[in-house]
Parts: sequence; structure tokens; C-alpha cells
Amino acid sequence: MADKTFYFLTFLTLLFALLVVFSKNPVYSVLYLILTIFCLSGHYLLLNAQFLFAVNIIVYAGAIMVLFLFVIMFLNLREDAEPQKSTASKLAAVVAGGMLLVVMVAALRRVDAGSYNPATYNSQIGLVENLGKVFLGTFCCRLNWLRSCS
Amino acid sequence: MELSILIVKSLIILVIFGITLLIATYSTYAERKVAAFLQDRPGPNRAGPFGLLQPIADAGKMFFKEEFIPRQASTWLFILGPCLAMITALMSSAVVPFGDTILVDGKEVMVQGIDVNIGLLYVFGVVSLGVYGIMIGGWASNNKFSLLGAIRAASQNISYELAMGLSIIAILMMSGSLSLRTIVEQQHGMNWNILYQPVGFILFLTCAFAECNRTPFDLPECETELIGGYHTEYSSMKLGFYLFAEYINMFISSAVISTLYFGGYNYPGMDWVRETLTGSLGAVAGHNVATLIGTIVFFGKTFFFIFFFMWVRWTLPRFRYDQLMNLGWKSMIPIAILNILLTGAGLLLNTKLMSWVMVVIIVLVVVVQGAVANKKRAQTQSYSKA
Repeated sequence: MADKTFYFLTFLTLLFALLVVFSKNPVYSVLYLILTIFCLSGHYLLLNAQFLFAVNIIVYAGAIMVLFLFVIMFLNLREDAEPQKSTASKLAAVVAGGMLLVVMVAALRRVDAGSYNPATYNSQIGLVENLGKVFLGTFCCRLNWLRSCS
Repeated sequence: MELSILIVKSLIILVIFGITLLIATYSTYAERKVAAFLQDRPGPNRAGPFGLLQPIADAGKMFFKEEFIPRQASTWLFILGPCLAMITALMSSAVVPFGDTILVDGKEVMVQGIDVNIGLLYVFGVVSLGVYGIMIGGWASNNKFSLLGAIRAASQNISYELAMGLSIIAILMMSGSLSLRTIVEQQHGMNWNILYQPVGFILFLTCAFAECNRTPFDLPECETELIGGYHTEYSSMKLGFYLFAEYINMFISSAVISTLYFGGYNYPGMDWVRETLTGSLGAVAGHNVATLIGTIVFFGKTFFFIFFFMWVRWTLPRFRYDQLMNLGWKSMIPIAILNILLTGAGLLLNTKLMSWVMVVIIVLVVVVQGAVANKKRAQTQSYSKA
């Protein structure tokens, strides 16, 4: 059951992500991006990370995407108002994108996703009480260290 | 989960859904009656006794009007706008605890859609999504006035969401839980949060007004400047859904306010009532009747806040847009942050009453500012005389 939900959700995520890229109208792109973020939040929920689910929706879908939509609506881009790009810039974009793909594939090909021991794994770790303890207990010093470095 | 409990649970969810719609319907009637009372006129009194069938007549009228979609509008988004407004308005009632538990087959079933441990964040997330219905509808209309209304709505909602979130944080620091039920249970025995968080309550109330697009913050639909705001191009039930969503939002925010600050279903002397009832009616029936009384008390509190929304609507004039933004960013957010700091200090000093210091500070600032303004005015008057 959980497996099927996962595959269905992943399919939807990828579908909406592709629609973001292929939509002609930027407003539709933003709306599809919102749907993509919802699907990603669904993945968090499948992992029993309720807090991340809520925060992802509040911050990304609720605030940042509203600002995106806001700006794009103000600009009011139309298909006919879109400037024609030259072949050279299109070619450059394709090459740059391809390079990024190669780098990502090379980096992620041998990555060790890690594993867990079902006997000792705490399935409640994603709930807000436990997450808070981990954040401000175990990782508190590391967070502070990172902050002092940056 | 046993079948009887499943049935009771689904019944509770259905009843919550139905009650939400019913209350929103009769809020339109109540609004017109309150408006009539405040303006010294009778109000709707033709359809049924006291005009009680007026909302139903209005809904019927809305359904039979012509559906009109402008030619230049993007059809799907135009339809999606009111749907989204309605869905997001209805979603947040799922986590509000309407009452204590009822006993079925010796098991306790909560009078609440779901009790999640991120309850408050869920409400907050749904509220933050509410702006999409307005924005999409306003943009899809392909009308400059609609777009301006939508953009006003979006900027207003984003600005006031911040202050709202910050005012909630003070409550969370005191309760240590995001679950609305836990927050209510902690307020048992007249420990209502309003006594410990007066500033947070006023901030939250003001932000609730702004989030619902109610007067004095109803700039997205300001008739004098924007014709009709984001729903200028809408007709028939699509317009009806937009207006209806506003009333549902009003009900939900009233419910959340009474949950967070006014003890939810708690009322003074509820333990005594419960003991007397269980003594006279038996354990199960007594418990259930006591829960029912708590739920009625909860709805009483909610109705008071719905009335408050209407009262303010006919009392305060609309803000100017720069005043709205100044209030949001320059007054409410600093006050909310100071309130958090003071509440934190109070928790370290083992007192919950630290927020009252904030009240004193605000009163002092207002008095000093008023005195300075008066002095300036007196000076300019004396200059102009000389």
C-alpha cells in the first residue's frame, strides 16, 4: 500500500515538475510548481515527518510561491511578448544544462543512500517533539558551529 | 478501529462539515440583521418568520443566475479560483476540537475531525494557502481591477501572516504543544490563555480580520477604488462561493480564537457539572451530556466572535493602503517579537503573567506619543497665531 502510494506520488511529482518546464505561460508554470511542492510534502508525510510536511507547505507553498506568483502576475508576461532568443543562446543553454546533468549523474551514481535497522529505528523521529530535541539537543553545537563559520 | 467507533467518527466529521456550512449560511443572515440593528432599520424580514429563510432564498437566486465567463479569461483558472477559496476555507475545521470526548462502547471518541500533533501548523498552512483562490481568480479574470484586488489581497495576507505566526509562538512557548486539543486541555479550570497573553490575543484577532479580508482590512474588494475587487468579473454561484468562503473563514477563525485564547470547550464549574451529571444519569450518559454542554459553550464563544467581526465591520472605517502596511510591518510585528521575548523571560522566571508588562509598555508609549503630538499641535497653533 505504502509502496503504491509512493510510486503514484513520485509519478505526480515528476509529471508536475516536467509541466513546470514545458508550460508556455509562466503563471501556469508557477501553479505547477506549487503542485510539485505539494507532492514533495506528501513524500514527507509518507516518511512520517509531519512537522516537515507542515513547514514545507507553509514556507514554500504558502509564502515563497505566493511571492513568485505575485511578481509574475505583475509582469504579466504573454506568449507574444516573449523576446525571441538567438540560436547561439539556445545552444549555450542546452550545453550548460547537459553539463549540469552529467555532473549530477556522476555525483549521485555511487552515492550511498544509507540504511537503517528496523529493530532500533525510531519511527516517531519526524514528529515535532522529537525533531525539536534532536535539533536543539544533539545538533545544537553543530548548528552553532556552522553559524560561527559562515 | 471497531465499526461503531468508525461510524461515530464519520458522523462527527460529517456533522462538523454540515455545521460549518450551516453556520456560514446563517452568518450572512446574522450579518444583515446585525447591520440592520446597528443602522436602526428592520433588516431582512420577508422570507419566512423573521426573514429566517433569506439565506436559502439568496442561495437559490445565486444558483439560477447566468454563469458568465469573460471571453479573454483563462477558463480553467477562472473556475478554479472560487473552488480553491472554498476548499481551503473548509479544510481548516478538521483540527478544531469542538468538544471533549464521547463514550461509545466504553471507548472515548473525540469530538474533532483529527487530532494531529501539528494541529496549529496545519491551520496556519491552510490559511496561508487561502490566498491562492483570490489570486488565481483575480488574475484569470483578465481585468486590471481584478488583478489589483488580487495583488492587494496577496500582499495583505503575507504581511499579516507574519504577525499572526509570531503571536501564536508566544502561546506555543507556554503550552509546549502544537496540538489544539492539548492547548485546550491546558486551559482547564479558568487558566484561559487570554489572562496570560492579552497582547497575543489582540494581535491574533487583528490578523484574523486581515486574513479573512474583513473590514477594516477589506481593501481587496474596496468598491470605491476597485469596482468589486478580485471578484469583479464573477457572477452567479462562483461569486457566491467567494462570498461564502469569507463567512466560513470567519467562523473558523472565531473557532480558533476561542480555542487558543478562550479555553475552547472549558467553562467555569465544568467539573462540578460533570460529576452531578454522571451521578444522576450514569457514567456513560452523564459523560456524553457533559461533553454536549461543553460543545454548546464552545459554539457560544465562537458565535460571540462572529458577532464581534460584524460589530467591527459596522463600527470602523476602512484603512488606507499605506496605513494597512504600516500597521502590519511597523507596529504589529515588533510588538509580537517583544511579546515573544517577554513571554520567554516570564517562563524563565516561572511566571505566566509577563505579557502584561507588554500591555503596560504599549499603554505608556501611546500616552507619551499622544502627549507629544498634542504638544506639537499646540506649538504649531501658537506659531500660526503669531
